[in-house]
Parts: sequence; C-alpha cells; structure tokens
Amino acid sequence: MANIMIRRSDKGYVFYMPKRDIEDSITSMEFDTPEKWGGEIKLGNGGCYYIEPQAAPERLPYSVRARRIDGVE
Amino acid sequence: MSALTREATETLIQEVLEIYPEKARKDRAKHLMVNDTELESSKKCITSNRKSLPGVMTMRGCAYAGSKGVVWGPIKDMISISHGPIGCGQYARGGRRNYYVGTTGVDTFCEMNFTSDFQEKDIVFGGDKKLAKLIDEIEMLFPLNKGISVQSECPVGLIGDDIEAVSKKAAAQLNKPVVPVRCEGFRGVSQSLGHHIANDSVRDWILSNRDGQPFEKTPYDVAILGDYNIGGDAWASRILLEEMGLRVVAQWSGDGTLAEMENTPFVKLNLLHCYRSMNYISRHMEEKYGIPWLEYNFFGPTKIAESLRKIASFFDDHIKEGAERVIEKYTPAMNEVIAKYKPRLQGKKVMLYVGGLRPRHVVGAYEDLGMEVVGTGYEFAHNDDYDRTIKDMGDATLIYDDATGHELDEFVKALKPDLIGSGIKEKYVFHKMGFPFRQMHSWDYSGPYHGYDGFAVFAKDMDLTLNNPCWKMLKAPWLKEEAAELKAA
Repeated sequence: MANIMIRRSDKGYVFYMPKRDIEDSITSMEFDTPEKWGGEIKLGNGGCYYIEPQAAPERLPYSVRARRIDGVE
Repeated sequence: MSALTREATETLIQEVLEIYPEKARKDRAKHLMVNDTELESSKKCITSNRKSLPGVMTMRGCAYAGSKGVVWGPIKDMISISHGPIGCGQYARGGRRNYYVGTTGVDTFCEMNFTSDFQEKDIVFGGDKKLAKLIDEIEMLFPLNKGISVQSECPVGLIGDDIEAVSKKAAAQLNKPVVPVRCEGFRGVSQSLGHHIANDSVRDWILSNRDGQPFEKTPYDVAILGDYNIGGDAWASRILLEEMGLRVVAQWSGDGTLAEMENTPFVKLNLLHCYRSMNYISRHMEEKYGIPWLEYNFFGPTKIAESLRKIASFFDDHIKEGAERVIEKYTPAMNEVIAKYKPRLQGKKVMLYVGGLRPRHVVGAYEDLGMEVVGTGYEFAHNDDYDRTIKDMGDATLIYDDATGHELDEFVKALKPDLIGSGIKEKYVFHKMGFPFRQMHSWDYSGPYHGYDGFAVFAKDMDLTLNNPCWKMLKAPWLKEEAAELKAA
C-alpha cells in the first residue's frame, strides 16, 4: 500500500507517487462515475494499481491509498 | 545540431564505459543516453535517482545538504541548528550565497553556523539535553529569531535521539515554531531526498500555522517557490512580476521569512522555479488549498517572455497587458546585450553538469547567445526531470545522470566544448585541463542570472570566461612532466 495523488491535466488523470517520485498519465480507470470511483488503474508506463472503489472526490488533486498490482519502478 | 552524430555519440559512450568492470559497466550504461527529441518519456532510456556506484567519484551531496543547505538555510529569520558534529554545519555555511536583507546576528541568521557540536559523550549518552540547552541559549542570545529548525546530521539518526520531543517541548515554551527535520545524511541516494524531507517538514510544522486567520488578499497574489536568491536571483525575478502588476507574497526560500511562508496558502498561484526541490510542497498546496502551480524559467529573454506570458494567462487582461508591457520595455536592452556578446560567443559549444534544474533551464539562455549545449546532465534529478530535458535539448546530444569523474573527463576530452558549466568539485580539474569553466551552482561568485537584469550579467560572465586569453597558456601539470621527461631522455 502506498499513498498516491491523483490530479487532472488537460489529457486526463495523472498519477503521482510522492514516495518514489513517479509521475505518469492514467490510461484507464475501472470505475469513473460520481458514485463509484477507483478500482484498477493502468498507467502510461505499464504499471497497474488498485484503489478501493469509493465515491468520487469532490475536488482534485486527491491523495488516496493504492495497492500495487503490477508495478513498474 | 549536435557536435557529433548519433552513432559517434553512442560509440563515445561505449568507449568511456570500457574501463569499468563488467558489473559496473552494465550499471553505468543505464545512466548515459543520446538524446532523441522524439521521445515522450525518458523512462526506457535513462535511469536516475539510484544509489551511486561504490568506487567511482560522484559529485552528489547528502540529505542534510538538501535540507539545511538548500531549503531551510536561506529562510533568513529562522535559525537552523546543525544538530550533530561540527563539520557539516561549518562547511555548509553560506556556501550558496543566498543573499538577504537584514542585520546578520540580530534579526537574520543565514550566514551563521549554529551547531550542537557533538562529542563522544553525546554519542554515548544522547544529545537531547544538549539540544534543549542549545535552544535556550539561542533564545537568550538571539531573541529576534522567529523560529528554529533542528537539522539532524547522521549520528542523531544512528543513536536514535528524540529530537521531536525536545522540539515540541521547546516550541510550547518559546511559543515559536521549533521544527525537527529528520534529514540525516545517510537517508536516500542524494540531496534530493533532503529536499523532499524539508518540504514535508514545512508542510507539517509551518504551512498551516495561519489557517483561518485574516489576511488581506488581492486577486494578484503569487508566491515564488524554489528561488534561493543566489547572488540576488529572486530579486531580479521579483521585480519583473511586480512590474507586470502581481503582488509577490512570499519568496521560498531565498530572502524569505517565516511569516511569508505561513502566508503562502493565501495566494492565487504558486510560481515554481526549481521544480526538483519544491514540487512536493506545491503539490500539497494544490491538494489542500486548491492553489495551482506553474513551472517557469527566467533564464534568457526568450524563455522569460514565454514564462511571463504563461504566468499572465492565469490572470485577467490587466496582468496580460502588464506582461506585454514588461517584455516590450526590456526587449531593446536585451537586444543590445545580444548584439554585443553574440558575435563573440556564436557557435561555441557548452557542456553542463549541474544539480537538478539548471541543466535544462539555462539551455535557452545559451541559445539566445548563439551557443549550443552539446551535453548536459544532473547530479540528482529524477525521471520527471529527464522527461522535461529531452524536449529542451538538441537531437543526438549527450545526457548523463550522476556522472562520475572519469566519465566527465572523457566526455570533455572527446567533445572538446568551448565552455564547461558545473560545480566546484569539477572546477579545478577542468581549469588544469585548460578548459574555460563557470561554476554554475552559485554562479562563480557572480550573479544574479535570473530575469532580464540577470541575463546581462550572464552574457558578460560567459564572454569573460570563454574569451579569456589565459586558457591557451594553461597546460595540465601531468602533461608538462611528460614533455620534460621526453626532453631529458
């Protein structure tokens, strides 16, 4: 489990992990509705993380705990 | 265009790597690349922010250097205690020439060295009592300090002192922020982690101090982040922002004060110069206070104009007009500078090896003078820095991460640049090799280099160094000996 921060850029969501200074675009997010948000997220660098599905945050950027499923360092 | 073709540069990298044992060669190969401007991400081509290889000469610093030397040190009305043995504090004192206004020793303290001077008994019995006593003493001798930060050196972490407890107690007693910073030198691979730790401690202990308190806002409030006022850099940047109609609330941290930092959450926009050392706090403020942040570059008229317009795009027409007015005002003066120095510098090649920002930021300024950067590299950058560098550098130029002494020497011998910009540890080696050299960490005792005023100084300095006749008269001592021996034989 690691803390990550999700931001929005003009191209979509951006993933940032402060601990490792990894910043990458999010290519897909499993759930992206106001009620259910999160799930499996895939990154531009090929990594894959899991966020416990939850209500969408009111405002981005938003810090959240994520689990690494298939990470690229 | 680069000095060498892509193939030639790749061959050069292979030649330089040959001297290493196989394991080391494999490791170092990942840190060297030939630039390809087509690339979107640096990830596959260069590895960065890794532990330096044992046995090579690295130019990196430590976490303490990143925290005390870079981020906390320049805050002028706070006292940064170097908690541990005396050397770290003494040799890091004032080295970066972070200018400030104030009376040193009365209301400002950057140039002074405060240390707990650990002795054997402090290692054996712990240094907490000494720290508490030291804080009391500081309060008695320098009552105008606005706060204290405790910068741990290696032994504090090794013996497990509880500086947090001492700081909390002292803060309650003094009614001032006393910030424990766990920036022991052994943490991380370079000073970069020190920046991160320092940012986190600012976030935890300083930033939210004035939440909910009244503050007279204007719609044009900005903060300058990541400008350490080396040789007056932040001042040369600040006047441009003020001229275009913005109000600069805070300077982080060159010539900055504790009050400015505490007021930063009230601004409209954070302007980030050194991305590497302050992006953490910008990201935090974006999340907590909804303040957007923007990277800008105040090196060279082209980049300044670009940055001023980018900054203005966040505000209304009043500021946009202001930006155009500022650009128009300074353009004739800048054209004069370029007309004077460009003929003397045109077509010259530069090699850079600096910290975490300048290897890409100053490229524009050199290009304004008609010079070309043929190789660049960072001591402690991360991959996001290289992503940004790829776009700024020419195709097929050389990029090196955490370069070793051997690699730098060989690259310089092969590329034969007309000017090298790097740090103090490299300076005298290249002087002896007869290469013009500028120390680009603290501007070789010159400056400012930021802003329009800074560019005039920058151009003059580059010309003075590069066209100095002394370089032709220099011969490396080891080459001289060989010549003498040949003569004798």
